[in-house]
Amino acid sequence: MRRTPFHGRHVAAGARMVPFAGFEMPIQYAGIREEHLATRARAGLFDVSHMGEIRFRGPKAEASLTWLLSNAIRRMEPGQAQYNALCNERGGVVDDVFVYKLADDDFIVCVNAANREKDFAWVTEHDREGADIVDEGDDWAQIAIQGPEAVEIVDLLVDFDARAVPRHHFRHASFADVDGCLIARTGYTGEDGFEVFVPAGDAPPVWDRVLDAGVNHGLVPVGLGARDTLRLEVRNALYGHELNDDTTPLQSGLGWIVKLAKPGGFLGSDAIAARKDEGRVVVGMVVEGKRIAREGMDVLSEGRVVGRVTSGTLGPSVDRAICLAFVDRELASAGTRLTIDVRGKEAVGVVVDGPFYKRS
Amino acid sequence: MNIPANLQYTNDDEWVTVEGDIVTVGITDYAQDQLGDLVHVELGEVGRTVAKDEAVCEIESVKTVAEVKAPVAGEVIEVNAALADAAEQINSDPYGSWIFKLRVSAPPTGLLDAAAYQAKIG
Repeated sequence: MRRTPFHGRHVAAGARMVPFAGFEMPIQYAGIREEHLATRARAGLFDVSHMGEIRFRGPKAEASLTWLLSNAIRRMEPGQAQYNALCNERGGVVDDVFVYKLADDDFIVCVNAANREKDFAWVTEHDREGADIVDEGDDWAQIAIQGPEAVEIVDLLVDFDARAVPRHHFRHASFADVDGCLIARTGYTGEDGFEVFVPAGDAPPVWDRVLDAGVNHGLVPVGLGARDTLRLEVRNALYGHELNDDTTPLQSGLGWIVKLAKPGGFLGSDAIAARKDEGRVVVGMVVEGKRIAREGMDVLSEGRVVGRVTSGTLGPSVDRAICLAFVDRELASAGTRLTIDVRGKEAVGVVVDGPFYKRS
Repeated sequence: MNIPANLQYTNDDEWVTVEGDIVTVGITDYAQDQLGDLVHVELGEVGRTVAKDEAVCEIESVKTVAEVKAPVAGEVIEVNAALADAAEQINSDPYGSWIFKLRVSAPPTGLLDAAAYQAKIG
């Protein structure tokens, strides 16, 4: 089992540690609900060092990524971050990733922890341009500081104006006196906030520095449990749940990052275009009553199985049971009432458009 | 973890009291801590006859769901309706939050005392 540079801090704080994607990670500290609500109200600190980083460098880096990834890589400026799907020839999703452009010939691709080895093997095998590709997963620690007060906390730890960093942009600068960090205004929680990549060797003291900086801003450490409820309330997809090797990014509602018309296409673009009207699609449902729909439960309509739940919980901020599910596309419009088989008892799920939670 | 000496325990992290032919069941402090924030209790039906180890209730937390099982065969004579809208009470007071009561014809066997339960959960 691998450990992040902050492992000792989690144990000292009394976090419950669980195995996740080969790492021993904190699932919760004070409790999922409390951590979730603290992040929405003020600020939360997450250890996301288990995420992987793959570096693309050299004169062929941009062309390589343009072919491998679904979004408009060529439109990125240095200092910009962009969400992308990494697809296979069948149009399935190998992973969903965030790309950080450091320079015209230098990119970092942040990948899901569970897919680190798979992604590195995939990109090295399918790069047809000859980019210099290196697995830097062990070289970086990563923390996320999320919530309405995150920007004020980050501002105390950098020597530029954190408020001036636009959403989905980053600075390559020092953070908490550690040089060479990426301080990115990105996140997974639906709140304003930052994700900070820190060179792993310098990382351990950074955790306490951030907690100290956040002491007057209500900052609390947050585990993977609340990270999941936070992302689910704003309908951010999670690989292995709403995304997988067989379904296309269009089926998962990620059409906005799929540039089918980009010159030369990309790996998987022909298959995605051909499968445009095929298969089940991801919907969000609010579940009536108190039962909670969970991953793997069948979705039915008129007694027939029409889908399956991919993620489900009680959303602490919306105070309702909510879920995401792949369902037959003719049943995907808002207002459609479906039945979810909750361990042999029926619960009604009503399809809704958009996120369950919206920042006020 | 709080493990009162005056209660008995099952290997499924339930606490049990036996008074005459009435067996009262709840979940332990360890169980509520493992489950995390409880959000719903599906209390089940009064009047049902259940076998030993049959699920009587379901309790759901934000992250998971668990069954509360009958530690002995019997008839469900009462469920704690106060928990229907206050599952979190089990988190704050697990030993004050009984979940169901059984009328039994033979007392439960194989229960653990506090020391044995402490040893089991480590």
